[in-house]
Amino acid sequence: MNEIQEEIIAEFDVFEDWLDKYNFLIEISNDLPIMDPVYKTNEYLINGCQSKVWLRADLVDGKIRFTADSDAIITKGIVSLLVRVLSERDPEEILDTELVFIDRIGLRQNLSPTRSNGLLSMVKQMKLYALAYKTKMAQQ
Amino acid sequence: MDFNVDKIRRDFPILSQKVHGHPIVYFDNGATTQKPRQVIETVNRYYKEENASIHRGVHFLSERSTETYEKAREKVRKYINAASTNEVIFTSGTTGSINALAFSFGEKHLVPGTEVIISEMEHHSNIVPWQMVCERKGASLKVIPFNIKGELVMAEFKKLLSDKTRIVAVTHISNSLGTINPVREIIRLAHKSGVPVLLDGAQAMPHESIDVQDLDADFYAFSGHKVYGPNGIGVLYGKEKLLYDLPPYQGGGDMVDCVSFERTTYNQLPFKFEAGTMNYIGAAGLAAALDYIGGIGLERIREYERYLLEYATMKLMTVPGLEIYGNAANKISILSFLLDGIHPYDAGMVLDKLGIAVRTGTHCTQPVMDHFKITGTLRASLAFYNTTGEIDRLHAGLHRVREMFG
Repeated sequence: MNEIQEEIIAEFDVFEDWLDKYNFLIEISNDLPIMDPVYKTNEYLINGCQSKVWLRADLVDGKIRFTADSDAIITKGIVSLLVRVLSERDPEEILDTELVFIDRIGLRQNLSPTRSNGLLSMVKQMKLYALAYKTKMAQQ
Repeated sequence: MDFNVDKIRRDFPILSQKVHGHPIVYFDNGATTQKPRQVIETVNRYYKEENASIHRGVHFLSERSTETYEKAREKVRKYINAASTNEVIFTSGTTGSINALAFSFGEKHLVPGTEVIISEMEHHSNIVPWQMVCERKGASLKVIPFNIKGELVMAEFKKLLSDKTRIVAVTHISNSLGTINPVREIIRLAHKSGVPVLLDGAQAMPHESIDVQDLDADFYAFSGHKVYGPNGIGVLYGKEKLLYDLPPYQGGGDMVDCVSFERTTYNQLPFKFEAGTMNYIGAAGLAAALDYIGGIGLERIREYERYLLEYATMKLMTVPGLEIYGNAANKISILSFLLDGIHPYDAGMVLDKLGIAVRTGTHCTQPVMDHFKITGTLRASLAFYNTTGEIDRLHAGLHRVREMFG
């Protein structure tokens, strides 16, 4: 998992200009698998006041698969990075991961509670899903 | 135009900084304004030379501090042309003022079956306090709608006014649409029905000259920080005879006459409404801010800001797919807009990296967004230290945004 984070850091390293970083986020926002619109409901909504994020988690063969979307493109780009790092992992791994790449590529400000874009809540929600599935798996 | 904006900008230290490598363009004045040196120095000097709690001690500093505080009250009185300093209550800001009034007025005048009239374009701060008091008292809230241009529908207001109405609380100028409301007409109609009117003057104070007696406003609320003064200070103006009848909002020091465990009697106006240690340094800063604006002259400020509004409106209209929300015939230099299909948050993020500060979102007016069936807008709110060059930068920035997301 940390390899993927290193990969992302290297990808962002080539950009000196902020707008180039944003252009890259716009580009990779398309990498996010399309979320079935039926799941874009309040149940899956992480309300960030300004931009909306929808997040779903399914357990597939012991690993969590995240699907997500956002109505703002830059947010969606960041969401796609988070999914790339955390999706298709077992719950334990997700809980143990420290998301160092966010700081390293200069997106820390997007995850501060005041940015009100739902990303901080999204990370929390991903970890909560992992915890829930871990508990569920332990009971089986 | 006889307006030396370069000279004015030198009074505002913050405007000379760079953000993300670009000279800052500060277009978020509707949220808060920047402070001139004169205000910063007043606050600084107060802490260095005068600080002591007011209305308490017999010692030199306390007396001097009290004098400065009461001079600030007189300055505000004169600026808004209140009849007496008894009518000028210091608060923490517009929100504080409205909460105080809603609570106090509600205690005295609202009972089940009575009504409070607000408008569809109110800031949440002039909705929620009334909602809370209505719920507590079993009263109900009535809402004056606005039309497609963002102007209040006065015919609807006339229909809402009735013998159940106890107060009308509307904004003087809309923070998300820029509309200057026909407050004289609103007051005239309300008074004909014997109903008092509160004006939320948060956005009006920095742009219009306010004369509460001429307006015949019963209550007027505003914030220091939106009028080039410090944070945490605001004013609730109220006609003396109305304030006299209202119960205090908060209990504590300074608002009392005599306290015993059996009974407490309250201090006179305006102190009855000023419990605890007030923000006397903020009050001094606010007085300095009013001096500063007075020195430039509100008529000149208005004229220049109208020129900026016209320039900005023409310029933004040339951006393909840009739609402005709030096109009232009578408005201030606030431009709320959307670029077709582009999320305001995305646009705001890019503008930020170009050094341009705009507000994105609902601007604490969710009902306004619901009216237009949108989730938010970008808002550029201009002040007299802004320039046409800065508007050009916004214009270029919006083209950049279109290239990136279009």
